[in-house]
Amino acid sequence: MLPLRFRRVTMSARVLVGVKRVIDYAVKIRVKPDRTGVVTDGVKHSMNPFCEIAVEEAVKLKEKKLVKEVVAVSCGPQQVQETIRTALAMGADRGIHVEVSGKDYETLGPLQVSKIFAALAKKEQADLIILGKQAIDDDCNQTGQMTAALLDWPQGTFASEVTLEADKLKVVREIDGGLETIKIKLPAVVTADLRLNTPRYATLPNIMKAKKKKIVNVKPADLGVDVSSRLEVLKVDEPPQRQSGVKVETVHDLVEKLKEAGRI
Amino acid sequence: MAALFKARRALGMVVGHGVRCLSQLAELPELHQMMRQTCRDYAQKELAPIAAQLDKDHRFPAKQVQELGAMGVMAVEVPESLGGAGMDYLAYCLAVEELSRGCASTGVIVSVNNSLYLGPILKFGTEEQKKQWITPFTTGEKVGCFALSEPGNGSDAGAASTLAQREGDEWVLNGTKAWITNCWDASATVVFATTDKSLKHKGISAFLVPMPHPGLSLGKKEDKLGIRASSTANIILEDCRIPLGNMLGERGMGFKIAMQTLDSGRLGIAAQALGIAQAALDCAADYAHKRTAFGAPIGKLQAIQFKLADMALATESARLLTWRAAMLRDAKKPFTKEAAMAKLAASEAATFVSHQAIQVLGGMGYVTDMPAERHYRDARITEIYEGTSEIQRLVIANNILKEYQQ
Repeated sequence: MLPLRFRRVTMSARVLVGVKRVIDYAVKIRVKPDRTGVVTDGVKHSMNPFCEIAVEEAVKLKEKKLVKEVVAVSCGPQQVQETIRTALAMGADRGIHVEVSGKDYETLGPLQVSKIFAALAKKEQADLIILGKQAIDDDCNQTGQMTAALLDWPQGTFASEVTLEADKLKVVREIDGGLETIKIKLPAVVTADLRLNTPRYATLPNIMKAKKKKIVNVKPADLGVDVSSRLEVLKVDEPPQRQSGVKVETVHDLVEKLKEAGRI
Repeated sequence: MAALFKARRALGMVVGHGVRCLSQLAELPELHQMMRQTCRDYAQKELAPIAAQLDKDHRFPAKQVQELGAMGVMAVEVPESLGGAGMDYLAYCLAVEELSRGCASTGVIVSVNNSLYLGPILKFGTEEQKKQWITPFTTGEKVGCFALSEPGNGSDAGAASTLAQREGDEWVLNGTKAWITNCWDASATVVFATTDKSLKHKGISAFLVPMPHPGLSLGKKEDKLGIRASSTANIILEDCRIPLGNMLGERGMGFKIAMQTLDSGRLGIAAQALGIAQAALDCAADYAHKRTAFGAPIGKLQAIQFKLADMALATESARLLTWRAAMLRDAKKPFTKEAAMAKLAASEAATFVSHQAIQVLGGMGYVTDMPAERHYRDARITEIYEGTSEIQRLVIANNILKEYQQ
């Protein structure tokens, strides 16, 4: 007989998955002429690849009947509904669109998003939050960690394997030295790394079903979250152009050149 | 006066059907956009990288066909109750275009299964036939094919010389069918044979034959110019016996079934041609940015710019014709003329665009290092199969003359 707590967690477990709308990974990024940011108008956007992996993991847990409901969440303007629909087409059950637009959206960062997620986790009584480890536009790698801290939940970041064992999550993490395995108690926050899984292609029947699934609109104020930013972007520049290298004749010359450049 | 009325009626067919129609031409509904994106992602990641090798090896992409089956793409229009995706024909055309953009052979495999095999059974089959001959062919595990053409007749479909004679409680088929796409990889075929020679084309009937089957053998695989990953061969019927229940539709209905099937099928081919054209345009435009000559990327030269403009124009025009024909079909309106226009425009666009793409690439266009030569070879068949360009022109002309009937 399973302990009551385990039964409660797995039978009715609700997973929140964050999905971020970012510039598509294949697009060549251009800095705006006024150097305040990058060009986003008319540029192809899609779901952050790590968020795709997060959705896939949540849907797999649901297919294994380890969780009951997968809720896809995205923060941003009207267009993020496309991203939520993609998550629904991959198998999420419903979506929450947190409306943030205009200047607020331009300055939206991990701190505000993690506050939103923390508030939603409490409101939706989530047992698990799965996020991508980072977004490919800002590469912050902060939202998961901040969300866990705000909720005072354990975190399993850079996950390359997640297994539910009784009321604990066994998470194998990719770290600099190799792989680290930890066990954390639910409720918890997990961030997905590249090798966690291979996201599925949305099947046509699932795309059809996604049309009928609900997306609810919520404002940050409704969640008691202030989305104003404490950061100011001073300027955005292209990376420096790659300089051509210099050829030298001997190892001695090489050492001299390196000394000249102050490298040794 | 009558002409004005007819013109207004023709316009009404597009506008009167609802603003939805026109705005769909301008921008696809969200469902279709999502579907298109998922097929595009699949084609980019899973088909494009292997297309050149599939072509070299003349290899049927069995694994990819199964994956596409799991996605619902092998049976787009088939209702969910029978195992399909339950989507409309516009969605199907979008799917075939995006897949063909990655690999034209895979595009035709998907198209033949959907339009030429599942299509007629869905439309003319009994409930029992649908369960037996449709459901197993929706998953990608099995594909079907369509046997109409013969060594002695292609465009002249009414002159079918394959015979079907009734012997007790069996039909016995004898004859040879030619140019059958998918046949070496198929598990069933829709075969057209004459049941009453005296009735000419009204004496042709359609039959469902499983593969393999005693009395049915396959000729050698044709060594084709293009779409080499898809198998094409003769089907030889020698005393091929099938139960009476394997007749599709009524006796003598075969020609009508074939023509209606091809009406839809040619939209699938139009979509395939669009995919090839788009892939060739992608290749040329990319090269125009990268290749420098006379001190600048060749994309700065007007000669190249005019080519790219003409290529894009041809592709986009054909695409809109294809979408419109698909939408008319989905609205259950007559679409024969529009389908013929779409197939004609798209196939001629594919050959034009792929020809010009090689020109833009210059020497690089002639070697297998770049996909331009494969697009050129793949494009050529689209002007021939499922109704040659000449037949399309006849269909269009006949429809126009009927509209202007005195």
